Amino acid sequence: MDYILQPWPWYVSGPLIALVMLILVYFGKTFGMSSNLQTLCSMGGAGKYSDYFRLDWKAQRWNLTVVLGAIIGGFIATQFLSDGSAIALSAETISDLNALGFSEVGETLLPPEIYSWENVMSIKGILILVIAGFLVGFGTRYAGGCTSGHAITGLSNLQLPSLIAVIGFFIGGLIMTFFILPLIFGT
Amino acid sequence: MKFLKFLLVGIFFGIVLVKSEAVSWYRIYEMFKFQAFHMYGIIGSAVFLGALFIWLFKKYKLKSIEGKTMDLATKDKGVARYILGGTIFGLGWALAGACPGPMYILVGTGVFSMLIVIAGALLGTFAYGLLMKKLPH
Repeated sequence: MDYILQPWPWYVSGPLIALVMLILVYFGKTFGMSSNLQTLCSMGGAGKYSDYFRLDWKAQRWNLTVVLGAIIGGFIATQFLSDGSAIALSAETISDLNALGFSEVGETLLPPEIYSWENVMSIKGILILVIAGFLVGFGTRYAGGCTSGHAITGLSNLQLPSLIAVIGFFIGGLIMTFFILPLIFGT
Repeated sequence: MKFLKFLLVGIFFGIVLVKSEAVSWYRIYEMFKFQAFHMYGIIGSAVFLGALFIWLFKKYKLKSIEGKTMDLATKDKGVARYILGGTIFGLGWALAGACPGPMYILVGTGVFSMLIVIAGALLGTFAYGLLMKKLPH
């Protein structure tokens, strides 16, 4: 039981993520989490404004069900399958983040400096979350997939477009991490 | 009942991503700083096994439960949309520390401020829908 309650090593988690992808393929579907964003816009009536949202969203209910399950899974994992141990980040990561003004690094899944209500309830705090979300939503739909659709499924299917997209993920991620985060959080 | 299997897959996915810490902002930061192997190990081993099994599915023409061959759709050709869209996505991924799957999962872990990120993502998706015909693909 200890092995389940402790954080799982990469060589357990990676194969299990492959299993999720393969099960969905076996079910005749595909592993793509960001498609749900398009579906949700469709359900909300965005089809009035763009053809992009004129789709039969009922055919995507299976994927929304996966999302519902994922939310439940997140609840189960934190409530019943965790021993509360801190994330074993590298020492350099912790000291780099301390230098940016982050404390209690790795004690929770997400930094309170970004996600605590105290910080969210400021102009800067809420803008960070809205802009971050906007970039993810816009970017993933423009690129036609996110980590699940391109990095896991697309690369497994040896798709060159997915490799280009993943290179893009890293260009953006490196620019944010090395140049923009220090501007936002550095003092 | 036909949705039950998808619910179970989703629950399993949510548990795996929390237990792997792939939903952690800190792990994403660490990955983009190249300071640990953890995330590369997760994605690398998932892709290695995924590629192996997809290849086997195709080689032996295995059928899905719907009775069709398990061919994954090929992605449309192009460069601009993948490199530009990918870069925009990467900027958001490294700032939010979460891509779409983890966004939903993190709501389940009790981080309700993530709903603001999801609202932003829906806004971004809507903006893409409005602008798509004007963007290079």
